[in-house]
Amino acid sequence: MKYVDEFRDPAPAQALLARIGRAARRPIRLMEFCGTHTHAIFHHGLRQLLPPQVTLLSGPGCPVCVTAAGDLDRAISLAGLPGVTLATFGDMMRVPGSHGSLQAARAGGADVRVIYSSLDALDLARRNPERTVILLGVGFETTTPTVAAALVQAATEGLTNFRVYALHKLTPPATAAILQAGEVALDGILAPGHVSTIIGADAWQFVPRQFGLPVTVAGFEPLDILQAIADLVEQHEAGRAAVHNLYPRVVRPGGNPTALALMARVFTPAVADWRGLGEVPASGLVLAEEFRRFDAWPLLVEHGLDRIQAREPASCRCGDVLRGAVAPPQCPLFGRVCTPERPIGPCMVSSEGSCAAYYRYADAVPERKDS
Amino acid sequence: MCLAMPALIVKIEGQEAQVELGGVRRQVGLQLVPEARVGDYVLVHTGFAINVLDPDEAAETLRLFAEMDALDETGEDEAPA
Amino acid sequence: MNDCILLAHGSGGRLSHELIEQVFAPAFHNPLLARMDDSAVLPTLPPGARPALTTDAYVVQPLFFPGGDIGRLAVCGTVNDLAMLGAQPLALSAAFVLEEGLPLPDLQRIVASMAKAAAEAGVPIATGDTKVVEHGQADGCFITTAGIGAIPAGVDLSGANARPGDAVLLSGTLGDHGLAIMSQREGLRFEAPLASDVAPLNGLVRQMLEATPRIHTLRDPTRGGLATTLNEIAAQSGVEIVLEESAVPIRPAVQGLAELLGLDPLYVANEGKLIAIVPEPDAGAVLAAMRAHPLGQDAAIIGRVQAGRSGRVSLHTVLGAHRILDMLSGELLPRIC
Repeated sequence: MKYVDEFRDPAPAQALLARIGRAARRPIRLMEFCGTHTHAIFHHGLRQLLPPQVTLLSGPGCPVCVTAAGDLDRAISLAGLPGVTLATFGDMMRVPGSHGSLQAARAGGADVRVIYSSLDALDLARRNPERTVILLGVGFETTTPTVAAALVQAATEGLTNFRVYALHKLTPPATAAILQAGEVALDGILAPGHVSTIIGADAWQFVPRQFGLPVTVAGFEPLDILQAIADLVEQHEAGRAAVHNLYPRVVRPGGNPTALALMARVFTPAVADWRGLGEVPASGLVLAEEFRRFDAWPLLVEHGLDRIQAREPASCRCGDVLRGAVAPPQCPLFGRVCTPERPIGPCMVSSEGSCAAYYRYADAVPERKDS
Repeated sequence: MCLAMPALIVKIEGQEAQVELGGVRRQVGLQLVPEARVGDYVLVHTGFAINVLDPDEAAETLRLFAEMDALDETGEDEAPA
Repeated sequence: MNDCILLAHGSGGRLSHELIEQVFAPAFHNPLLARMDDSAVLPTLPPGARPALTTDAYVVQPLFFPGGDIGRLAVCGTVNDLAMLGAQPLALSAAFVLEEGLPLPDLQRIVASMAKAAAEAGVPIATGDTKVVEHGQADGCFITTAGIGAIPAGVDLSGANARPGDAVLLSGTLGDHGLAIMSQREGLRFEAPLASDVAPLNGLVRQMLEATPRIHTLRDPTRGGLATTLNEIAAQSGVEIVLEESAVPIRPAVQGLAELLGLDPLYVANEGKLIAIVPEPDAGAVLAAMRAHPLGQDAAIIGRVQAGRSGRVSLHTVLGAHRILDMLSGELLPRIC
């Protein structure tokens, strides 16, 4: 696979690890904000290969994990409405809400379909004019423009049976919230490469300017991640704090203007409720006036489902894990009550949730404590 | 949060492109990259091309890796890895 | 004959008999079936052989996929379960639950495919049954097959037999079946040069046992993939298994589709592959025997068994790290994150 295999070459990986080892004179704590980074780091066993001075923490970068319990419950209840087909990305299927998951709802007879693309949801709407097709809009700035494009298409075609339950969120405000809270001592940030391909490397300038921390915009192959870590370590040791774009093959300083314009046309920033962070101003998106007719929210109001009281599972520390404040093994449920087979919270379900990664990975290196 | 893979555009029809990765083909939306052309590599996420890959930047990044790899072999090797 | 299945086809009356006479019997024709008694009478086992029995239900959607169909799957799956114990299949049974409205040509196609697979495996479909349920109560067609086989004297294969020092061999490329099916899933719309690998493995197994009867374990990595199957074996045997990432054969198209969907080929189902756990000194001979067979041409040694954390399976990655390979949790779903 071109532009993939070359970035998995083991030889430069060893050289990068050596470079990190040479540069990391003092302990350094880095946070990666992207669940796909969490997954890639675990998948390639990178933590094991890094020198012990380097600690990698996972932030709230998993859009599945940060979906608030109430929002998830509302999504599940939409699936149960008569005449509704709920179209969702696969990641959301097994996440437990207060009364079961989307998967359980499907087992109970709800029409829930797993889609690969928002265009597939449009297709479902076209082919089933008697159903109301609701797209569960979860995801950060990488996914949001794709949903925006689907909505523009829906408007162009004049579809009347297509809706979006918009739960999209924005990453820089969440990053700022974490850094502002100062709960976790950090020395650098690995910024999400694919979010950055949309919002641009410059979108991270606030991190060095406001918080004095270095940022590397990183890709997802092992060499990309190792290079990003090496750069952060070197910046830290040199007392520098700048945004370094290390994924220039797809990230530009200004991002993707077409995608940004589309997002701005279809969505408007609003306050959003993040699991683990609570309400963060201007960190979520609602449908702009022009596209309000595609909003699924009125359906919730109509059926009295807008004010669902979510029940957070007792003792679940997913929120604390999401902020990097606590490592998964410190959650009392971890590994005992909460496992990938029987997850209590989203951090254990999601393929990129910290708890799931930790559960499968940490066992391989019993002496390493990432806290 | 963003699984996206680089794929080659083999055909364009209006706002849709047929892309190819490892022999697998799919139609993807070009709404986010109207400037893309046949022969370009694009990042594919959920059935859309979200950006065009810059081959020169890719080559430059790989060149830096190769250079570093070469330095590492010839340079000091006292790093506690 | 009508052009689709009706409820009456399952009621045991004239239409049921018509279906047997005109669809099943001609396709499966063999002396055991031809007697048309309530049970098939099997020949006596060879001296020293032990009988083995297995059964499986097949509910795959879509019914027809690149490289195969539910019929082929139903025959091969059961033949393979017998083969994993070293048993050559003596006879299969096939019970159908058909959905009212299933087009008759579809059934004929499925049945023809079963006959072909059975012929490849050298096993008669000796007895069967058909029921029909109302429209909407079965996804077109469900098939349950059972198989009886004979385990030759001196052959003792089991998931509990893996020992530290054993080599782990794989008969060919991973993920072909699961990803071929996935690419056909409604809505995914990927075109891929992928085909299911569904095939009967009893011929390959016979050749391997001829190379050495000292094979410890054979298992086919079906649902849950290689990783899940190895976890089962590691737990059964009380050993640890380590795989070499670079040694695992995967077709580029399987890798490409897996990457696009966020799936791991190590967890994807295979229907024409087997894992063999073999004492180290015999590994070379078994590998050669596998590669000499059409279904084992891409066979490779992919790992080893060691004493260690009982039940643990890990992968030595190309970067030199170790990653735990847990069992599959839940369904294999495409992801965007």
